Amino acid sequence: MNTTFIPLNEFRSQMETLRRDKGMDFLRDMIGMDWGEDGLGVIYLLENSATKENISVATRTTDRVAPAIPTVSDLWKIANIYEREVFDFFGIIFNGHPNLRRLFLRNDWVGYPLRKDYDESEAVNPVRMYSENNQNDCTYTLAEDGTIKQIPDTLFDNNEYVINIGPQHPATHGVLRFRLSLEGEFINKVDIHCGYIHRGIEKISEKYPYPQILALTDRLDYLSAHQNRHALCMCIEKAMGLEVTERTQYIRTIMDELQRIDSHLLFISCAAMDLGALTTFIYGFRDREKLLDIMEEVTGGRLIQNYNVIGGVQADITPGFAEKVKTFCKDILNKLNEYNDVFTNNIITRKRMLGIGVLSTEDVISYGCTGGTGRASGWSCDVRKRHPYALYDKVDFKEIIYNNGDCYDRFLVRIDEIKESVRIIEQLIDSIPEGEYKVKTKPIIRIPEGSYHAAVEGSRGEFGVFIESKGDKSPYRIKFRPMGLPLIASMETMLKGNKIADLMAIGATLDYVIPDIDR
Amino acid sequence: MEMKKPIIKSIPYEEFKDNETLEALIKEINKERTNVVVGALDDLINWGRSNSLWSLTFATSCCGIEFMSVGAARYDFARFGFEVTRNSPRQADLIMVAGTITHKMAPVLKRLYDQMAEPKYVIAVGGCAISGGPFKGSYHVLNGVDKIIPVDVYIPGCPPRPEAILYGMMQLQRKVKIEKFFGGVNHKQKKEEQTDNYPLVITNVPQEITDKTEKEQ
Ligand code: SF4
Repeated sequence: MNTTFIPLNEFRSQMETLRRDKGMDFLRDMIGMDWGEDGLGVIYLLENSATKENISVATRTTDRVAPAIPTVSDLWKIANIYEREVFDFFGIIFNGHPNLRRLFLRNDWVGYPLRKDYDESEAVNPVRMYSENNQNDCTYTLAEDGTIKQIPDTLFDNNEYVINIGPQHPATHGVLRFRLSLEGEFINKVDIHCGYIHRGIEKISEKYPYPQILALTDRLDYLSAHQNRHALCMCIEKAMGLEVTERTQYIRTIMDELQRIDSHLLFISCAAMDLGALTTFIYGFRDREKLLDIMEEVTGGRLIQNYNVIGGVQADITPGFAEKVKTFCKDILNKLNEYNDVFTNNIITRKRMLGIGVLSTEDVISYGCTGGTGRASGWSCDVRKRHPYALYDKVDFKEIIYNNGDCYDRFLVRIDEIKESVRIIEQLIDSIPEGEYKVKTKPIIRIPEGSYHAAVEGSRGEFGVFIESKGDKSPYRIKFRPMGLPLIASMETMLKGNKIADLMAIGATLDYVIPDIDR
Repeated sequence: MEMKKPIIKSIPYEEFKDNETLEALIKEINKERTNVVVGALDDLINWGRSNSLWSLTFATSCCGIEFMSVGAARYDFARFGFEVTRNSPRQADLIMVAGTITHKMAPVLKRLYDQMAEPKYVIAVGGCAISGGPFKGSYHVLNGVDKIIPVDVYIPGCPPRPEAILYGMMQLQRKVKIEKFFGGVNHKQKKEEQTDNYPLVITNVPQEITDKTEKEQ
């Protein structure tokens, strides 16, 4: 991957040119970096959503005490959240950011964990058993003497009616927390708290050798376990110049699609449950179990499957695999009609979803909401089409696009995607070629110096992996592009002016997985 | 009256592992005997309690999905009386800690536990809740929930299979069966489990109050 470095003083003007004149309207990812001696900085991965042209630019500063970089949060909406993340992990101040504060860690956390000189000892950051004081909302800026200063900044006025939802709430699908300011029943302002399941995967990965990191990707977004791991394997294989066999490609593609069906079935079930339709939940799980049986037979795991490895897959497919998958595929298409009967065409569902939580095409691109959410708003953002990998350029499938961008369309996209996944599987399942399922690799895997990037279409958007290597057996820096972070960032736009009950419908149809957001 | 072995219909006693712990508990309880009436009442209450354990829906990550599977069509924990999951800790008997607990989540978990009414139980589901699991080396992960709350049953696995979760829940049922409800040894938060060993959560005390209490002291 070639990254162009922009000097700090030209950075802002060059970014504006890229955004306005070159049409780089999709900020794929923003990667904070600690280059040690060379200073701290950020890599920006940009894409032109019309031409699919990709570039990566970077900037850095050598000041380690109070590093500062101009903000780009007014050019891309998602940069607001990404910059908070980089601040949280690296302590880089973004000049001009509207409200720069930590995103994942507590306000009283000491140090910036992804810096190379971070002190990890218990003594510095013990488990603090008192709750964070939320009255202390703040912004971080540079003081005149060149140090980082915390100034109080109240997000909510005293006369606003603020309610708190989460982190322990059944409708947030895990441990996400909202603070909402209400005007009667209508939502005025939203503040989203993440980090309740921030496991520090990127930092642990810097200590582990590559094959061990693979295990962690499954646990990021456990409903796209295969795809996540596929992305990391692809990135490492690309870096090593390793070619995988045709058979591996077939198996990986089929497993990716099975995983997508699995995830979408769970999405349907949970979305229905959030809206109070328990029957659909039971139906969805009933059919998902059949799929899990097939997966378990091949991989040995139900949820976390650890199947892809560097150079291939863990084990060959079992003899009856093709038959079972075909039976399942036929079966699931009928079952979809059943869901449509009981849930999708139900008057209550339609009332609660139609026209609710609308996202415009510009918004989804600016926020970088990929996956079903982006496609429901008319953005063709499928990585399988944009940058085909594995066998996706050989199979024939349609990218499902809807144009209203409301909850109902987001729901329909998933239902239709199941059908497309079935189509892909049916094209491949009978022609899996003979051969090795895994190529031999050296026992210790090192990848050459440089930076590498790979992306796949996960179950809920683009999942990207960025590796910077210094030639060791573990990466110098590894960054996963979370699929869910853009989704929850866009919630603010969607929620404003909607009723509080719509939060459930919007949250359910966005289909985020919190461990993937927090990493 | 003597406390009897915890028997669950349809599964032989010997098929359970770890009968020793329960038998030791029974011995402890039998040291102080009660009369027949109270004992019979205990049996009745325990029968009811053990067959209607309501859990708090507390899932932070992957293990939570398996917990959902246990609740759904194939595994259906309603067969054992667990089907009511509560969203409020005030109405729950047990908390299934399914998933990783991070530094930021730890005070929240402790607070939820404190909010539950006695008698209350904790099941640690999965490697993460038991010891930090795959993320043991992380700067932001709590290495085992037993550091902050007392745990009754551990269910290992990453994630545990639904059968394992069911087995773990049945072990808890057996534990509930051998408790004395009227006086004696109950699963009340014991002295050693209280504040000295487990830190107390104090949340958002306004500055004025802190100042005042300090002055008074
Ligand atoms: S034990 Fe494994 S499956 Fe369970 S929460 Fe931890 S990582 Fe996820």
